[in-house]
Amino acid sequence: MPEPHEPAEGAIAGTGAGGAMDLAASEATTLSPDGTGAAGPGGGPGTPARSLWSDAWRDLRRNPVFIISGLIILFLVFISLWPSAIASGDPLDCDLANAQKGSSPGHPFGYNGQGCDVYTRTVYGARASVTVGVCATLGVAVLGSVLGGLAGFFGGAWDAILSRITDIFFAIPVVLGGLVLLSVVTSNTVWPVIGFMVLLGWPQISRIARGSVITAKQNDYVQAARALGASNPRMLLRHIAPNAVAPVIVVATIALGTYIALEATLSYLGVGLKPPTVSWGIDISAASQYIRNAPHMLLWPAGALAITVLAFIMLGDAVRDALDPKLR
Amino acid sequence: MGRYVIRRLLQMIPVFIGATLLIFLMVNVMGDPVAGLCGDRKCDPATAAQLKKEFGLDKPVWQQYATYMGNVFTGDFGTAFNGQKVTELMSTAFPVTIRLTLVAVVFEIVIGITLGVLTGLRRGRPVDTLVLILTLVVISVPTFVTGLLLQLLLGVQWSVIKPSVSSEATVDELIVPGLVLASVSLAYVTRLTRTSIAENRRADYVRTAVAKGLPRRRVITRHLLRNSLIPVITFIGTDVGALMGGAIVTERIFNIHGVGFQLYQGILRQSTQTVVGFVTVLVLVFLVANLIVDLLYAVLDPRIRYA
Amino acid sequence: MRGATQAKWAACAVVVVLTATACGGGGGGGDGSGVVGSSWGDPQNPLEPANTNEVQGGKVLDMIFRGLKRYDPKTGEAKDMVAESIDTEDSQNFTVKIKDGWKFSDGESVTAKSFVDAWNYGAHLKNNQKNAYFFGYIEGYDKVHPEKGDATADTLSGLKVKDERTFTVKLTQKFSTWPDTLGYPAFAPLPKAFFDKHDAWLSKPVGNGPYTVKSYQKGSKMELRKWDGYQGDDKAENGGVDLKVYTDNNTAYTDLMAGNLDLVDDVPASQLKNAKSDLGDRYINTPAGIIQTLAFPFYGDKWTKPGVEKVRQGLSRAINREQITETIFQKTRTPAKDWTSPVLGKDGGYSDDACGDWCEYDAAEAKKLVEEGGGIPGGTLKISYNADTGSHKEWVDAVCNSINKALGNDRSCVGNPVGTFADFRSQASQQKLDGAWRAGWQMDYPLIQNFLEPNYFTDASSNDGKFSDKGFDKLINEANGETDTAKAVTKFQDAEKILAQKMPAIPLWYQNGSAGYSDRVSDVALNQFSVPVYEKIKVN
Repeated sequence: MPEPHEPAEGAIAGTGAGGAMDLAASEATTLSPDGTGAAGPGGGPGTPARSLWSDAWRDLRRNPVFIISGLIILFLVFISLWPSAIASGDPLDCDLANAQKGSSPGHPFGYNGQGCDVYTRTVYGARASVTVGVCATLGVAVLGSVLGGLAGFFGGAWDAILSRITDIFFAIPVVLGGLVLLSVVTSNTVWPVIGFMVLLGWPQISRIARGSVITAKQNDYVQAARALGASNPRMLLRHIAPNAVAPVIVVATIALGTYIALEATLSYLGVGLKPPTVSWGIDISAASQYIRNAPHMLLWPAGALAITVLAFIMLGDAVRDALDPKLR
Repeated sequence: MGRYVIRRLLQMIPVFIGATLLIFLMVNVMGDPVAGLCGDRKCDPATAAQLKKEFGLDKPVWQQYATYMGNVFTGDFGTAFNGQKVTELMSTAFPVTIRLTLVAVVFEIVIGITLGVLTGLRRGRPVDTLVLILTLVVISVPTFVTGLLLQLLLGVQWSVIKPSVSSEATVDELIVPGLVLASVSLAYVTRLTRTSIAENRRADYVRTAVAKGLPRRRVITRHLLRNSLIPVITFIGTDVGALMGGAIVTERIFNIHGVGFQLYQGILRQSTQTVVGFVTVLVLVFLVANLIVDLLYAVLDPRIRYA
Repeated sequence: MRGATQAKWAACAVVVVLTATACGGGGGGGDGSGVVGSSWGDPQNPLEPANTNEVQGGKVLDMIFRGLKRYDPKTGEAKDMVAESIDTEDSQNFTVKIKDGWKFSDGESVTAKSFVDAWNYGAHLKNNQKNAYFFGYIEGYDKVHPEKGDATADTLSGLKVKDERTFTVKLTQKFSTWPDTLGYPAFAPLPKAFFDKHDAWLSKPVGNGPYTVKSYQKGSKMELRKWDGYQGDDKAENGGVDLKVYTDNNTAYTDLMAGNLDLVDDVPASQLKNAKSDLGDRYINTPAGIIQTLAFPFYGDKWTKPGVEKVRQGLSRAINREQITETIFQKTRTPAKDWTSPVLGKDGGYSDDACGDWCEYDAAEAKKLVEEGGGIPGGTLKISYNADTGSHKEWVDAVCNSINKALGNDRSCVGNPVGTFADFRSQASQQKLDGAWRAGWQMDYPLIQNFLEPNYFTDASSNDGKFSDKGFDKLINEANGETDTAKAVTKFQDAEKILAQKMPAIPLWYQNGSAGYSDRVSDVALNQFSVPVYEKIKVN
C-alpha cells in the first residue's frame, strides 16, 4: 500500500507534540503504522463500514474494561446532574471552627482548611470536572474534525494553509498558554477554561481527522462516487465522514481524561476555575498546601479525579481495541 | 532529501512568525504591566508614562511586534522589567532545563521501553496487567500531586533527597524532578511500545526470522525492536519540545531555576520580553525537533522516501 | 488586654537582656565567619536604591547601603548613621553634615556629592525611578520630574554641595520631621561607578554597607559577604548571606525543614500550623507596620447611595476576625481595631477603639445592619485579590464564609481571584473593580499621617477607591499644619473617627512579620518593615 501523498505530513499527523493534550494522539498512531494516522475503516478493502461498528459494539459489550469504565462514567454523570441525591449537605456551607478536622459521624471524609465538608465538596465537584471534560472534548472534536477534514478533503493550498495554522497552535506550550490566557479572565464560570482548551486543543484532532480523511478519500467507493458526479458536501458527509470518524472518537475519549487533569493543574497554578464553582481542581490545589497536616483533604478529591480520568482513558482504550481490526 | 529539507525549512517560516505573533498577542491581552511595578500603591503617572515609552508599550501592537522581531533577528531579545537582559536569563535557564529534559528522556527510554517490551512480549500475563494498571494510575494523577508527594516523602520525611534543587542544578539533584516530569510520558511510552511490539510480533517478517531459526534474542533486538520502536522514537522526539515548555509545574515545585521558572516569573510580572523571548526559542526547538523526527522516520522505515 | 500586652513587653525585655548577656559571654561556638542561607524573591525592579519599592530588593539594599539615617531595628527610631548632623532653623532649609572616613567598598570616599548625585539621579524623570516621589519635597522637583512633558532641569535646585562633607537642602514647604524620612534606601549615597559603568554596577552593586556583593546570578542567587572595611558600628556578625530565589514560599519552608536553608522570612500561611512544632522557639512572629483592609469603590453608584455605609459596617461586623486570624493565620495577624498600626504606639496615634463595635463580630447585628442599609448592592459582594502571591485565597475564602454564615446566604460573598499582581493592581488603580478588594498598606515611616492621608484623602496617591469626604480632608489639612506633635495626632484621630462613620474600607487585621530559622543560626529578628536584620544574625 504505497502512499502517494506527502509522507512527511503523515508522519507529523502521527507524532505531534505539545504537552499532555496530544499524548493520546501519539498513542493512537499505532492504529496504523503506515504513517497516516488512520484506523480500521480503510484497512481492509471492501469491509463495509456498518459491520465495523456493529462488530465493535459486540466486542465492547463483552469487554469487562468497557463495562466497568462505562458504569463509573454513568455514575459520574448521574452525580453531576443530581449531586444532592447522595450528598445532603451544602458544599458552600463552611464553618472555620471545623477547619482541617478529620472524619466524624455524618462527615466521613472530614473537613477542609475552610471547614467545609470534604465529602459534600467531592460529590459536588464532579459537575465542574465532567462539564469541563465533556464540553472541551466536544469543542475540540468538532472544531478539529471540521478543519482537519476540510484540509484533508480539499488538499492543495487549503491543506497547506490549514496545516500551517495547525502547526502554529501546536507550537504553543499548553500550560503556558493557559497561564497567559486565563490569568486575565474574570468570569467565574467554566466556559473560559473550556474555551482555552478548545483553542489550544483542536490541532490534535485536526491532524488525526486530516490523516483519516486522506485515507478514506482514496477508497474505491469514494472514487466511484466522485466519478458518478456526487457533490463535495455529499461525498464528505455520506461517504468520507462515517469512515474517518473512528480514530477521532478514540483520541477524543482518551483526551477527555487529560482535560480533566489539566483543569486541576491550572487550578494549582492559580488560573483554573474560580469560586463559588466547586471543583476537584480547586480543592486539590488548596489541599496540596496542607499535605503535611491534613492529607485527607487532598486524598478524596485527588482520588475522585484520578478515578474519573482513569475511567475515561480505559473507555478510550476499550473503544480503540474494538475499532482496530488488527488487534482482533 | 535535500530538497525536502529545504521545503520543510521554508514551511517553518510562516509557522514561526505565526506562533510568535500569537504568543505576542496573548501576552498583550494580559494588560498593563507597568501597574504592578509600584507595589500596593499607584505608580506616579509621569514615571509610568516614561516606562511605557521606554519599553515601546505606547505604540500599536503590530508595531511593537515588528520592532521586536527585527531585534530578535539581530540577537537582541530585549530587557525584562527588572533590567535583566533576556538573553542573560536564557543563558542561565536553558542549560538547566536541557539537563532536566535529558534526565526525563533517559527515564522514558530506559524505563518506558524496557517495561513496554516486557509487557508487549507477555501480553495478557499478570506482569502485563500490573504494568498496564500502573501506567493508568500514573496518567490519572496530576503531575503536581505526584511531585508534591515525592518531595514530601523523599525530601522531608525520609530525607533521601534535598527537597529543592540548588541553582547549580546538577544532574544528581535532577533525578527525582526528572522522574516527575517524565512520569506521564513514561507511561505513554510504555503503552506505545507494548502495543507496537504486540502488533509486530505477528508480522510476517518476524515469523520468517523465527522460521529461519534465528535465536530469539536476535529476533527481538534486530527485527522486532527496530520496527516497533519507530512510533516510540517519534513520540520521544516530539516530546522533547513539550517537556521543555511543560516543565512549569515541576520547576515550580522543586524550585528549579530553568525555563519554566523564568516563564512563570515572566507571566506573573507580565514581562512581555521574557515570555515572548523564551517562547520564541521553545517554538524553534519544537519545529526543529519535529523536522528531525520526520527525517529519523525515513531513516528507520525504509518504506518512506522523501522526494 | 492592656495588662497582657505589658506583660508581653516585659517578657521581651527579659529575653533581650538574656540574649545580650549570652552574647557578651562569648559562649557561642561561632567565629563570625559562617554564612547564612536565606530565602529570597527575585527583585521586581533593577537594584537601584530609588527604584526599589518592595521587600525583596529592599533586603539587599539594607545590607549593602547605609544612608544618612537608619531606623533602629527594634524601636523604629530614625538614628544618625552616615550623618553627623542634620540641622535646621526654619524646618525648611536643612544643613547636612556627614561623618568622616566612610567609604564605598570599591575604595571611593562617601562625600556630600555622593548623596547629592544619587538624589538627583533618583528624582529625575528620565531615570524611571519608582521611588522618585520621595524627593518630591525638595525644591525643584517639579522641574526634573514634571507631571506631564519632559524635564526642564537636570538637577534639583534645592540641593547644594557646600564642601566635601556638607550639603544643604531646601524644601518646598515646612516639614519638621523630614530628616526622619531619610532612613529610606531611596536616600542612599551612590559611588561614581554607579554613574560611569551602570550596567556593570547593576550586575554587581557596590555600596557602603556592612556587606559586599560577591556574586549575583540574576533571577537565581546572590552571595553577599561581610565587608571588613565597613565604617559603621553595626558590623556584620556573620561571614555573609547567601540569598536564594524561590517562586513558592512553601518550597522555601520545605527546604528549611530539610536543613537546606537557614532562614525563611515569609512563612506561608499553610505552614504556620507546623511552624511551632517544627521550629519551636526558632519561629518568630513580630508586629510590623502593615494593615490589611477591604476597600470599596466610590466611583460607581453601588456603594455611594446614602445609608449604604450601614451595609459596610454590617459586613465588618460579619467578619469573625478573631477566628480567622487564629485558624488561618495562626495569630500572625492581629484583629484590627483602627485604620493604623499598633507599631505607632498610643502616642503615635494608634487607637484600640477607633473602629469600636464596628470591628467586633456579631452575626445578628451584622444581618440587621446590612438589611437596614438596603442589602448588599447587586446581591453579592465580590472580593478581588491577586492569586499569585501572598496566600490571599485562604483568608478571602474565610472572610466570605464568615459573611455568608452571618447573613445566612451562601451567595452573599464570593472571592474573585485575579491571576497576577500586575493585573490586580492595574484593575484597582484604574477603577475597574466593581466589588470590594483586598488593600494592604505597609507604612513608609512610623507616622499616623502615613496611614491615613495616602489612602483616604481626596484623590490621594493610593486612594484607589476614590473615597472623598470634605470633613476628613479638612481635619487632615489642619493636622498637617499643626507644629505640636500631640495636637497633630489628636487631629488625625479625629479624622479617623470619620472613617468609622463612613467605613470607606473595612479594617481586617494588622500583619506581623513571621520568620523561621534553622538551629545553625541565632539572634534572628525582623525589623518594623518585616525584613530580617541580617547583620545581627550569628552562625553557630
